[in-house]
Amino acid sequence: MVLDSKIPQGPLAEKWTKHKFNLKLVNPANKRKYTVIVVGSGLAGASAAATLAELGYNVKAFCFQDSPRRAHSIAAQGGINAAKNYQNDGDSVYRLFYDTIKGGDYRAREANVHRLAEESVNIIDQCVAQGVPFAREYGGLLDNRSFGGAQVSRTFYARGQTGQQLLLGAFSALNRQINAGKVEMYNRHEMLDLVTVDGKAKGIITRDLLTGKIESFAGHAVLLCTGGYGNVFYLSTNAMGSNTTAIWRAYKKGALFANPCYTQIHPTCIPVTGDHQSKLTLMSESLRNDGRVWVPKTQEMAERVRKGQLKPQDIKEDDRDYFLERKYPSFGNLVPRDVASRNAKEACDDGRGVGTTGKSVYLDFGDAINRLGKSAVEAKYGNLFDMYYQITNENPYEMPMRIYPAVHYTMGGLWVDYNLMTTIPGLYALGECNFSDHGANRLGASALMQGLADGYFVIPYTLGDYLASTGPAPVDTSHPAFAEAKKNVEDQINTFLSMKGTKTLDEYHRDLGLIMWEYCGMARNEEGLKKAKALIQELKADFWKNAIVLGENEEMNMSLEKAGRVADFIELGELMVDDALNRKESCGGHFREESQTEEGEAKRDDENFAYVAAWEFKGDNVASELHKEELVFENVKLTQRSYK
Amino acid sequence: MGSLSKGFSSTLGKKLIMGLTGLFLSLFLVIHLIGNLQLFNDDGGKAFNEYSYFMTHFLPIKIVSYALYLSIILHAVYAVIITMRNNKARPVGYAQVNGAANSTWSSRNMGILGTVILVFIVIHMKTFWAEYHWGGLPYVQYEMSLQNPEVVRVTQLPFDGNPLVHTKFVDVQNQTEVVVAKDLYFVVQQAFQQEWYVILYVISMIVLGFHLYHGFQSGFQTLGFDHVKYKPIIDFVGLWVFSIIIPAVFALMPIYMYFAH
Amino acid sequence: MSGNMNLTLKVWRQKNATEKGKFVTYKADDISPDMSFLEMLDVVNERLVKKKEDPIHFDHDCREGICGMCSLYINGRPHGPKRAITTCQLHMRSFHDGETITIEPWRATAFPVIKDLAVDRSAFDRIQQAGGYVSVNTGGVPDANEIAIPKVIADEAFNSATCIQCGACVAACKNASASLFVSAKISQLALLPQGQPERYRRVQAMVAQMDEEGFGNCTNTGACEIECPKEISLTNINRMRRDFYNAKFFKEEEIN
Repeated sequence: MVLDSKIPQGPLAEKWTKHKFNLKLVNPANKRKYTVIVVGSGLAGASAAATLAELGYNVKAFCFQDSPRRAHSIAAQGGINAAKNYQNDGDSVYRLFYDTIKGGDYRAREANVHRLAEESVNIIDQCVAQGVPFAREYGGLLDNRSFGGAQVSRTFYARGQTGQQLLLGAFSALNRQINAGKVEMYNRHEMLDLVTVDGKAKGIITRDLLTGKIESFAGHAVLLCTGGYGNVFYLSTNAMGSNTTAIWRAYKKGALFANPCYTQIHPTCIPVTGDHQSKLTLMSESLRNDGRVWVPKTQEMAERVRKGQLKPQDIKEDDRDYFLERKYPSFGNLVPRDVASRNAKEACDDGRGVGTTGKSVYLDFGDAINRLGKSAVEAKYGNLFDMYYQITNENPYEMPMRIYPAVHYTMGGLWVDYNLMTTIPGLYALGECNFSDHGANRLGASALMQGLADGYFVIPYTLGDYLASTGPAPVDTSHPAFAEAKKNVEDQINTFLSMKGTKTLDEYHRDLGLIMWEYCGMARNEEGLKKAKALIQELKADFWKNAIVLGENEEMNMSLEKAGRVADFIELGELMVDDALNRKESCGGHFREESQTEEGEAKRDDENFAYVAAWEFKGDNVASELHKEELVFENVKLTQRSYK
Repeated sequence: MGSLSKGFSSTLGKKLIMGLTGLFLSLFLVIHLIGNLQLFNDDGGKAFNEYSYFMTHFLPIKIVSYALYLSIILHAVYAVIITMRNNKARPVGYAQVNGAANSTWSSRNMGILGTVILVFIVIHMKTFWAEYHWGGLPYVQYEMSLQNPEVVRVTQLPFDGNPLVHTKFVDVQNQTEVVVAKDLYFVVQQAFQQEWYVILYVISMIVLGFHLYHGFQSGFQTLGFDHVKYKPIIDFVGLWVFSIIIPAVFALMPIYMYFAH
Repeated sequence: MSGNMNLTLKVWRQKNATEKGKFVTYKADDISPDMSFLEMLDVVNERLVKKKEDPIHFDHDCREGICGMCSLYINGRPHGPKRAITTCQLHMRSFHDGETITIEPWRATAFPVIKDLAVDRSAFDRIQQAGGYVSVNTGGVPDANEIAIPKVIADEAFNSATCIQCGACVAACKNASASLFVSAKISQLALLPQGQPERYRRVQAMVAQMDEEGFGNCTNTGACEIECPKEISLTNINRMRRDFYNAKFFKEEEIN
């Protein structure tokens, strides 16, 4: 298989414009003859479904939540980047492009990222027109804040809930099309398989999560907008329902999975309190602007802190190790996410972690409160402090916060070409579930940008090109491929329901998470990854033998829902480990201990690994096949990151 | 027209009727109270009886009083309609409700409070309003010296089958002003000699106070009135004037009558 | 562990929308005060599953108070005893050892029970579909900074827009009225210049759908505002009323 990224020829800045012109169009009168299936209702899914319906296509949209508005895009806090240059501080499309490529540690396609930067400005216009209440200045114009990885202020925000406001905007556009009859919305429907006819995506199989009904839906194209797979780690900042099932089943139907090992681990999350922990809560990384990260200098002292014999505020300045400031004097506490996360882990692994579990480090606002006053700190971070207090019952005004890194975002996903089409014709992947724009590390406030760019401004053009080439002949579910896919789904459900073992699905999920976190988390090495692979295979075998799945299909059944998701996570976990084993370099969120500089920093190997690793499914318990898409950099110079 | 009827048949429209009638009734209470203050006059009921006559025979007031009766009926009927819908909106209730945590007792019990008030109004109107209009009320004659209006001579004119009419004239010979009036005051006096009646009135006024504690400011909200600067004034008036002072003064009347006679 | 609590749960169990439900009592022993309320239910469920008993079904997703999926009427209050948080943000330290906790689903005709504690809130979606949007297509919109919006107006619109569609307002209201939710949605767009062209059309369409769904009347008890995890103000309801009366009784154009 040759991976054709279909990147247009010509100068970087003209590629997208030229490409849009070259794409085939569907005649307005013909659009209503096409049906498009959209799975997922987050920023990418809702914006795509609404926009395609506005153009005249018939859209069938699906989400597993009880309302499209609950998709996990809702939880994004910080903001959305756009190269508007409203601040007159030197921003430009090219600068946003450059920051994103560099932030991604040179593992993304130049053309895709440039397109993203171009469309970023349109997103803001669109959202404002919909009535998204972005923060404003007293003069009535839009306000911006600055974010990590950039030296300009280009982040638009809506207090701490930019994700919710943007999603509500897309949701309202979707609602308008539902009302107009152009979108048929299926809530509480989970996609369980992709249907391909003659190698082309033609439909999906879903389970109605209320009645258990297994249904087939046919369309001229299928768009997956199903988000990331961070929950493979069990504990992450993702929502409980976030899962990989849709893209994983597409992968098993032939779509290639790219860079599965690229995981972003966010440094400022609220630490785990015990085995009961079900998810992790992120706090904005803006906290690191004023908070100082430290642990006790010695293990003995840390031990006393963990036992509650010593309070952090009583530890003398000399006995504290401000390890980020010590190791990275020029960036200090503001090093990128991956560096901050890794160093926190190292400190804890060294036995100097704090909190009862020893799995956290301090983020201390004592200095900031002394310097700025309590009210200034409150004005800046009050809502975050409240949230922290609510969860931990510790008052961050009186004692240092405790933080620990948590899985936050997955840069990997289904491989897509420049048109966002996967290797299966007619199957597209948008937003976090594709691999395309963030390389090996995503910059803050870029996820929202990508989801909306894909849905509002890319897919409406590129999808038309494919549809025009297939023609509007009606599609239905009568093809035997639908019956076959449906039967497979039903068989799997019956297998699950017959599993009456001894171990709960959550236990398997937790075990998988521990393996992934330990060996395929913030730092990875060959030995550990090999061990992880063996452990996952063991876990998988045990799962199919000993798991408990309760209830029946014809009802709301959270046990059955979980069974499918956990089964897929286990398989995906193994692929992530394979990918991490293959990529012997360190880059962005992927840190291979074997590949580091003398100072212990991530070291890329551009000679051997400047490619996208795309994996092809070859059968259950058969090694996946690696395909490489070489990354060509014509506009930026590859440099080693340094934050010393 | 379609828009109007659709407007009033919506949940918001029905509540608007509740709000408008409720506020109108509240306004009436003020008038009623001011009028009834005549009861506190130590004039053998002259002012009160003259006031009663005026209220029932002055055309504009008569028109308003019909609006008033209609308001009472609408307010009660719509309360029933609204409550029925509310019950239908939650046919299965909660096993445990901690309403005190989020709302005032009054606001949650407007229906019960209103029912008590309605029963009270029926009794009240039966005793005074119906008696005044159709009952065989005695007449009373007041003679006041023109030189010294403080001096009043009251003569009961027992009901003897001869129809009397309200009259007011000046007796030049005797230098007096003579008023012959239906003696509602006497009825009031009689009624408030009964302990249970006084107690019923006092309780009803307490209930009225609670009803208005929520109702007055709620009525304004239902009209859509809400203003950062003026809402506190409405809340203040609602609490002090309508839920405390007005019911308290009303309650004082039977107590006063009970002890004064 | 020391400091852990033993609790008794009285949980509403109902197999599906049509069957009758009942309260079932569960022991929840050894519960850490650091657990969130939903994590406590996870633990109880895990123990049920081990005994091969059907776990307690409840809706939840983001577990950080923004998706609005979690519900639960806990000890007589939606989202439990604390102000301005959702059930997923409620922690067990708000309860004490030995306590009996009653857990019920949201109760409203418009929110039928699906199973156990999960209810169907799609009525809220339908209300928004009726008109909760600005009719603009993707593309062809003016530059974002062409519309200047006073900060106070933008902030007020934002306050209305913080609604997470959880339904606590309906659950808290003794009349099961959806007024706070609907008015918050209406207000956000009624305040902003972008929402003006459809302002009166929108309020009529959304109120009509709200009535259609069978929610009760707003009698201004204010319970919704107190129980709203996002502290949405009652002002929104009054704003909705003004716009609605205006549209129905004063506007000359017959809009709806």
